[in-house]
Amino acid sequence: MEKNNMNKKKNINSHSILLLITVGLFILLYAAGYFMYGFGANAKGFEKLQNFLDIFRTNAALICIACGMTCVMLTGGIDISVGSLVAMDCMILSVGMENSGISPTLLVPFVLLIGIVFGAVQGYLIGYLGIQPFIVTMAGMFFARGMTAMICTDQVNITVDNWFKQVAGIKVYMPFELGAVVNKRGVKMVPYVNIPVIIALVVVVLVFLMLRYTRTGRSMYAVGGNQQSAALMGLNTKRTKMITYILSSFLCSIGGVLYCMNTMCGTTTQALGLEMKAISSAVIGGTLLTGGVGNVFGSFVGVLINGTINSLVSFNGELTRLGGTVPNVVSAFLLFVFIMLQAVFAKLRERKQ
Amino acid sequence: MKSVIDWLKKVSKKPLFLPLVSVFLVLVINLVYDAIQGNYVFEFLKFELKEGALYGRIIDILNRGSEAAILAIGMTLVVSSSAGTDISVGSVMSLAGSLCCMLLAGFGVTHVRELGELQMPIFVGVIAGIAVAGLCGLFNGFLVAKMKIQPMVATLIFFTAGRAIGLLLTNNKMVYIHLEQFKVFGGKLWIFPTPTVIAAACILVMAIILKTTSLGMYVQSVGINPKASRIAGINSVAIILLCYVICGLFSGVAGIVATSRIYSADSNNIGLNLELDAILAVALGGNSLGGGRFNLAGSIIGAYTIQAITTTMYALGVAKAQAPVYKAIIVILIVVVQSPAVKAYFAHRKAQKEGGLAVAGRS
Repeated sequence: MEKNNMNKKKNINSHSILLLITVGLFILLYAAGYFMYGFGANAKGFEKLQNFLDIFRTNAALICIACGMTCVMLTGGIDISVGSLVAMDCMILSVGMENSGISPTLLVPFVLLIGIVFGAVQGYLIGYLGIQPFIVTMAGMFFARGMTAMICTDQVNITVDNWFKQVAGIKVYMPFELGAVVNKRGVKMVPYVNIPVIIALVVVVLVFLMLRYTRTGRSMYAVGGNQQSAALMGLNTKRTKMITYILSSFLCSIGGVLYCMNTMCGTTTQALGLEMKAISSAVIGGTLLTGGVGNVFGSFVGVLINGTINSLVSFNGELTRLGGTVPNVVSAFLLFVFIMLQAVFAKLRERKQ
Repeated sequence: MKSVIDWLKKVSKKPLFLPLVSVFLVLVINLVYDAIQGNYVFEFLKFELKEGALYGRIIDILNRGSEAAILAIGMTLVVSSSAGTDISVGSVMSLAGSLCCMLLAGFGVTHVRELGELQMPIFVGVIAGIAVAGLCGLFNGFLVAKMKIQPMVATLIFFTAGRAIGLLLTNNKMVYIHLEQFKVFGGKLWIFPTPTVIAAACILVMAIILKTTSLGMYVQSVGINPKASRIAGINSVAIILLCYVICGLFSGVAGIVATSRIYSADSNNIGLNLELDAILAVALGGNSLGGGRFNLAGSIIGAYTIQAITTTMYALGVAKAQAPVYKAIIVILIVVVQSPAVKAYFAHRKAQKEGGLAVAGRS
């Protein structure tokens, strides 16, 4: 019995080490950027607090989506429909507001409802009919991307002035003028974030609490860890799976609204490949695709790591001239390092047992 | 009449039943559409010789579906042996094409118009392209087989990096090779479209390998239970590795075909979303994505079915961007019919009926 407990402790330790590595890597990466572009002659503004907050601003939607993806991956599934769903949400919002003149008060809940219905269909097919998540969500991906084109094939920009646009434009300044700098013209610049960032952070906290303290959250871990034992323990694995996919699509719809607030337009090619960014963020954050292991906080740091890589590359003139694909190579390499670390830890654990 | 029903029941249990039915349905839709439009009813099947090449809708499907069919061969082996999918094939395709064009034109050169401008013989470039794709496959295979990383995550690396490396190789530009000798892989061979011939050759090679060696059996047994196969003396690591290398090589071939078709290296678009088509082809072919038993013929028919659906939709006047909606609905219908829960439901109903009769008979 005691030995069992010790094994358990070791398991948990090796998982938290993954998370620690993620956080450590992020700090290392950021420190590298700080020394490269934040000091002396090379100072380009990387040292500013605003640059750090900009990573949040550009990735607010991704943070939300990565939270949903983490939950799905915890149950051992995958959801590759998120990118297309974001595109569809953006298109509905822009066409609704711009061409049809519908109030965002109606449109935003409608989009969230679409997310829930979309997730419910996918969740039913996966949970109750036992079809593979990859295939179902791939069909969802095709469907949402095609629907985007059915609504409108052109780029629609939101120019109507309503609360949606006003909310998107609100700047939330740092309290106590933290990290404020005086620019060349002598104007004091206080670092700020916007509303999407705050919503994204609230989502992270809520999902974290849900996974840790609610029955649904714990069952997600149980189903991902071992579906048969979870079923023998009396958990409704089918329902848990369905709820997970509903949650994922719902969070993705919130992400879609945030994405739209950032871009203020809808196009058919929007958010292409966002699903892979979400998956790689979750994997970098220490979530195992086999299910049962992971943490929303890790995925959150994973998104920040991806964002920092992009930021670093954009600060480097040489790399920027090589083209926008360099971040992809760098983040692929980082992903490789990470999954190698995970594999090594998995092997070590196997040997211990 | 009863014998017909019995025959249908027997036939519907065959592995190739579903893929063939899908093809048949697409055919019927085409016939009905042509009949309504007042066209020649067999417009779909008609083909003719025009300017020394075969021409027609069915030829077009066989031509355009070649890349997906070639990819489906490798994907079938990967799915069967490792119970996972290789999502890097599309990206690796574009990498192979970019490397080939870069080697032929020289780094930084964007246009080649004469044979003399080539840096090396065409076949060297082609072989290099296929070889680099094989190396990508080896890397994926190493991660999956040796490091025991989930196939989708392992191949996510090249999914992200392959296209990007291709762009770096071609200096972020399109590289055009305006040479008949290079266009031949995506053009025509005598009167036949070369992609179809290449696909047929790939299928033939694979079929011969599977027939003459016990590779197929090994792959299936590794897919069903890697541990048991290892105990039975099969080197499961080597088998999985081999499957990924084969998959990589075939994606290289598909990449060369796709590059030659547009006689240029277009990293952003070559093989885009083709990995999804390949995986779909495997699933439509009646193969379980959970590994184990596989049916190569099913996958290939699946690949051409997808192309037939796409071509039909374009013929019906569906816009290219909207076509995925119908594709999604068709996919969902097919997988729902195939799903274990629905199958179990029908089996249960059948058992109830027979059980009821048996009880009635006994009393």
